[in-house]
Amino acid sequence: MSNEWLVLFFILGAIFVGLVPVFSGIVAPKSFNPQKNDPYECGVPTEGITWLQFNVGYYLFAILFLIFDVETVLVFPWAVVMKEVGMTAFVEIVIFFFILGLGLLYAWKKHALIWE
Amino acid sequence: MRFDFIASYVSAFTGPWWKFLYDFSLLTTPVHEWLNGSVSPFWTTVIEMVVVGVVFLLFYAVVGLFLVYAERKVCAFIQNRLGPNRIGPYGIFQTIADLVKLLFKEIIPIKNADSLLFNIAPYIVIIVNFMALAAIPYANGLHAIDFNIGIFYILAVSSMSVVGVLLAGWSSNSKYSLIGAMRSGAQIVSYELSIGLALITIVILSGTMQLSEIVEAQRTGWFIFKGHIPAIIAFIIYVISSTAEINRGPFDMAEAESELTAGYHTEYSGIKFAFFYLAEYINMFIVASIAATMFLGGWMPFHIGNLEGFNMVMDFIPPFIWYIGKTFFIIWIIMLFKWTFPRLRIDQLLTLEWKYLLPINLVNILVMSFLVLKGWHF
Repeated sequence: MSNEWLVLFFILGAIFVGLVPVFSGIVAPKSFNPQKNDPYECGVPTEGITWLQFNVGYYLFAILFLIFDVETVLVFPWAVVMKEVGMTAFVEIVIFFFILGLGLLYAWKKHALIWE
Repeated sequence: MRFDFIASYVSAFTGPWWKFLYDFSLLTTPVHEWLNGSVSPFWTTVIEMVVVGVVFLLFYAVVGLFLVYAERKVCAFIQNRLGPNRIGPYGIFQTIADLVKLLFKEIIPIKNADSLLFNIAPYIVIIVNFMALAAIPYANGLHAIDFNIGIFYILAVSSMSVVGVLLAGWSSNSKYSLIGAMRSGAQIVSYELSIGLALITIVILSGTMQLSEIVEAQRTGWFIFKGHIPAIIAFIIYVISSTAEINRGPFDMAEAESELTAGYHTEYSGIKFAFFYLAEYINMFIVASIAATMFLGGWMPFHIGNLEGFNMVMDFIPPFIWYIGKTFFIIWIIMLFKWTFPRLRIDQLLTLEWKYLLPINLVNILVMSFLVLKGWHF
C-alpha cells in the first residue's frame, strides 16, 4: 500500500478518540456539585497557584537531549550506507564520535549530569 | 458483480486453503484485483480503507484489553495471588467489564483547566499509537504501510507521545499532574537517545531502514545471533531504555502512585482516563514488536544451520504466530521488570542513562561498524 495511507491511520485515531467520549456522554449519568470540579489535592481545597516554577534541571537535560538527538538523526543515514562506503565512513564516524564524546565529557565534568 | 475472483483463488491456492497463512499476499492480491475489476478505483480505495480501518481498530482494542488482563495475571502470579478470576473462564472478560464501567462514568471537567489542551492530549497519544502500528510488519505480506525509512519513522512518531503527556500534565491545573509530566518529559527524552542509538547498531548491520527488508535479511539468522556481542549489548540496552520510554516500572517516575497519585493523568476521568491507560499498553506492544522485528527476526521462523527436519517443523508454524510469540515474550520480560524491581529515583534514572547507557552505546556502535567493515559478522 502506498504512503498516502498514513492519513487513514491519522483519521482512525481521531475517530477513536472523538466518538467514544460522545457515546460516553450520552449514556453516562450527570450530577452537579461545586466541589466535584476541583483538581485533586488530597481531598482538601487547592492551595496557591498550580502552574508553579519547576526545577531548572529539566531544562538542562532537554538541551543535552537536543544535541544528542540531532546527532542520532545525522547518524541514521550514515548507518545505511556504512557497508558500501567502507573505511572512509568508519574513520569519519570515529572522528565524529570523538568530538561528541568530548562534549559529553565536558558536560560530565561540569556536573551537568548530576540531578540536584 | 463478477465472481471470477473465486477462480483466481483456486488458481492461487494450488495447495490447501490455509496457504495464505504463510503468505498473506495470496489473500490480499486476489481481493484487490477483484475489487478493481468490479468497482471504480476510487471505491476500491474506500472499501479497502474501511476494511483495514475496522481491522486495525479491533486489533488495537483486543491487544490493549488483553495486555491489561495479562499484566494483572502476571502481577498476581508474582505476588502469589489468583488475579482476576470471576468474569468468564479465568477472568478473561474482566477488562471488558472494566472498559464498560469506564464508558458509563461521567467525564468531569476540571475547574480552571486549559480545556483546549486538556482535550487535545488524548488525541495526540492515541493517534501516535495508530500511526506507529501502521508501519509494523505483522507477517509475510501483512504490512499496512512499508516505508523505506520504516524504523526511523516509527522512532520519530512514537517519540511524539511525550507531547501528549506534557500537554496532559500541564493543562490539568493540578500539581500532581504537572510534576508527573515534567518527570516523564525528562525521562522519555533521555531514553529516546538510547533507543535510537541501539537501533542504529542494527541498521549498520542490515544496511537498510525498510522493515520488510530488515526482516528478509534475517532469513539466514536473526540479527541478535548474526551481530556477535554488539548486537546482544544493543538488545539489552534497547529493552532497558524502551521500558523507561514507555514509563513502566521500575522507571515509572511519572506516575509513582505513592508520591503522585496517578501522575499526568490524575485529572482525567471516565473513558478519557481509559485512553491514556490503553495507550500505555499499546506503546508497550509497539516497543516490543520493534524489538522482535529488529533483533529477533520479526516473523521469520527460528532455523538452525543444517538441521533440515527441525527447520521444516519451524517453517510449519505460521509467520504471524512467530511474530506474536516473540512480541509477547518481550512484553512478558518487560512485565517481569515492573513487578520485581524497586522503583528508581530520578537522579539514579538520569545517571543510568547519561553515564552508563549513552557512552556504552556510542562505543558499541563503533565496535559494530568495525565488525561490519571487516566482515566478521555471520
